[in-house]
Amino acid sequence: MDRFINFMNAAVLAGTPLLLGTLGEILTEKSGNLNLGVEGMMFMGAISGLAGAWFAEQWFGWTGVPAALIALLISFLAGAFGALIYAFLTVTLRANQNVTGLTLAIFGTGFGNFFGELLGKRAGGFVTVTSATKQAFAKLDLGPLSQIPVLGRLLFSYNWLVYLAVIIAIMMHLFLRKTRRGLNLRAVGESPATADAGGINVNVYKYLATVVGGGICGIGGMYMTMVTTSGVWVHNTILGYGWLAVALVIFATWSPARALYCGLIFGGLMMLRLYLPIPGVPQQIYDMLPYVATIVVLIVMSIRQSKEYAQPKSSGLNYFREER
Amino acid sequence: MTQEDKLAIRMRHISKSFGTVVALDAVDFELKEGEIHALLGENGSGKTTLMNILSGIYYPDDGDIAIMGQDVAICSPKDAFNLGIGMIHQHFKLVDVLSVAENIVLGLPPSEETKRKRLNQTIRDIADRYGFDIKPESKIYDLSVSEKQTVEIIKVLYRGANMLILDEPTAVLTPQETEKLFDILRAMKADNKAIVIITHKLNEVLAVSDRVTILRKGQKIDTIPTATANRQILTEMMVGRKVDLQIERPEVTERKLMLQVNQLTALGPDGRKMIDRISFDAYGGEILGVAGISGSGQKELCEAIAGLCPVVGGSILFETKLNGVDVAENLVGQTPEAIIRKGISLAFVPEDRLGMGLVASHDMIDNVMLKNYRDHKGPFVDRQTAREAAEEMVDALEIVTPGVRTPIRQLSGGNVQKVLLGREIRSNPQMLMVAYPVRGLDINASFTIYRLLNEQKMKGVSVIFVGEDLDVLMEISDRLLVLCHGRISGIVDPRTVTKEHVGLLMTGGHDEEVGA
Repeated sequence: MDRFINFMNAAVLAGTPLLLGTLGEILTEKSGNLNLGVEGMMFMGAISGLAGAWFAEQWFGWTGVPAALIALLISFLAGAFGALIYAFLTVTLRANQNVTGLTLAIFGTGFGNFFGELLGKRAGGFVTVTSATKQAFAKLDLGPLSQIPVLGRLLFSYNWLVYLAVIIAIMMHLFLRKTRRGLNLRAVGESPATADAGGINVNVYKYLATVVGGGICGIGGMYMTMVTTSGVWVHNTILGYGWLAVALVIFATWSPARALYCGLIFGGLMMLRLYLPIPGVPQQIYDMLPYVATIVVLIVMSIRQSKEYAQPKSSGLNYFREER
Repeated sequence: MTQEDKLAIRMRHISKSFGTVVALDAVDFELKEGEIHALLGENGSGKTTLMNILSGIYYPDDGDIAIMGQDVAICSPKDAFNLGIGMIHQHFKLVDVLSVAENIVLGLPPSEETKRKRLNQTIRDIADRYGFDIKPESKIYDLSVSEKQTVEIIKVLYRGANMLILDEPTAVLTPQETEKLFDILRAMKADNKAIVIITHKLNEVLAVSDRVTILRKGQKIDTIPTATANRQILTEMMVGRKVDLQIERPEVTERKLMLQVNQLTALGPDGRKMIDRISFDAYGGEILGVAGISGSGQKELCEAIAGLCPVVGGSILFETKLNGVDVAENLVGQTPEAIIRKGISLAFVPEDRLGMGLVASHDMIDNVMLKNYRDHKGPFVDRQTAREAAEEMVDALEIVTPGVRTPIRQLSGGNVQKVLLGREIRSNPQMLMVAYPVRGLDINASFTIYRLLNEQKMKGVSVIFVGEDLDVLMEISDRLLVLCHGRISGIVDPRTVTKEHVGLLMTGGHDEEVGA
């Protein structure tokens, strides 16, 4: 039992940055923009969040919660900035979405590693935040809730970013399903010409969804530097998480609600090696599991041919009203 | 008060160019309240462009527009429906995964009116008033084509449109559905709405409209009351010269059995039964027309015979010679390549010309080569023969193209079809299957295609013509096969049956008589 709870805790912690990246990408794809630059935006969010917290400590002496909030804000802005470049290129200049997304992934990786090393040099060797700030990202003590046997440890023993990710997922689900603007956004991603003829400003929706989506990806990146590596810059810290998030969007069939448990499954698959080691099975086999799961989902989806649990129809295509 | 006050729409000197192509050249257009106005013209005459300007899709380069006597500028679709203009596009603008009601309110500001319950009631009220039949909760992907069109019409009515523009609304409907649509249009006219119907079908203009405006090559020819018009006058105005509207049906005395289809059953891409135990014969020297509502199994029938669609039962026997002996070769289970290697020459002009028939980004030479590359041995391709063939085709079929090296994509629809049909005919087929060969083609190009098909028939080729325009099918076919839900509901002699009778067969009526 103890082992299971530990495993679940590890799965949630490993799954949260993936969940954030996935949520950002779902919002982006719902607007018809297939932004493959999640990896880049997470890198940008990772270094900017860490740098934000570090400078807040150095310059203003803010430690703990204020530094954590600065990290949140700056990482969101950095991810949003990456997405803004993407939106400008694809929506306004109508550049190819795949190429632009891949370029953003490469750009963001370089951006993250370059400024990460630079920051480390400036800090004299390696960069690290104060223990008060680290403490702000540690697991919360929710008082009596955390004391409930089993359930307390399963549900109420995480850092605040985990709960933020869950709240974002639920809000995004409600937004897409229940609100008029959510309906409009889905229409833009499915059929921009229809949305346009219905009087919806397609470009505004595409820009906003992409930029906010990028910001959420940025927060996912910040989670990696502030929680996973405890406020220390590690070279190539995101490596592959952004791509896993793109795969997870497919796994979750473009639904923020399903992304919740799909993120947990992926987190679990990544941690399986530590909690369920089978002698003789090399680590690389375990590393393959999330991708194998994605392939299985793709196969199942192509057999079921469902119209609703599918990629927004015009995702990946640019829209131009006067195109003939 | 002046005359102009009764005008719902007045467009003056409207011009619009796309790059160097002038789509509209100083066109005037007037629409009165409570009239059905037909906008007639061939492809590329600018009729859809003119209406797209009204609906805010395009912005005119020059000219001015007045709605109800007020000068306006229409910059976006939103402006258009604020002015009460609603357009029903040829390609429906609906979101598949949303419900009817969601599609109808898409883009409207949220309010009490658009709360789900109230909304559904309003939709039902509109449906009752004009005689529609629709459920607000259905998902679009579950609807038939004519139901989708209904949703489009309700959508613009819900938004309070009193000027409706319908772009080729009958292209996808059966005769019965068309009649129903016309009744709805008349009901709306009685409600004092102004209606424009864009079309190139003359009988529809004559059946439903009050006035007709004819466009040709971006210029307005005239506006006349429909009562003073007839088919001949309208065609001459539309095409610019006298055209013989009679489609020929030359008689061929010698008919040879070419194809026997027996109890054929085939599946669609999703594994559903698309054609169900159908049996018929096709003869050399005849045109066998195939009629049916779209999606009744026409596509699968052609593809099954061409070896492209999985057949689960029945046989397709093709009369041919193998080693000098007359045999009936069963095509079921054979790949197109195996069929070709057996010396059976079967030409197929698919519905999706640029998807299945030709490679859009290749030029004519490469596309011709796709068909005949096997004739040349060795590792290299033979471009010379293909080039000569392509040049001959350009001359023989009067294909308008800058040259045989121009990518097919840049040709107009009629010329693309000529390239495809020309290539297939060059292979001297014993059998020629054409699916919707004149879809999207103007009168001139259509008549060229009919002439080519008749030539093939006179040569003793067995032609199968899958079509959507019943008038054409009834004029050109020697026998007419009617499909309904994947089954044959009748094989009739088009010389003796009525159009209504065929329409009935298309929608599921039964028929005992079998044509000659």
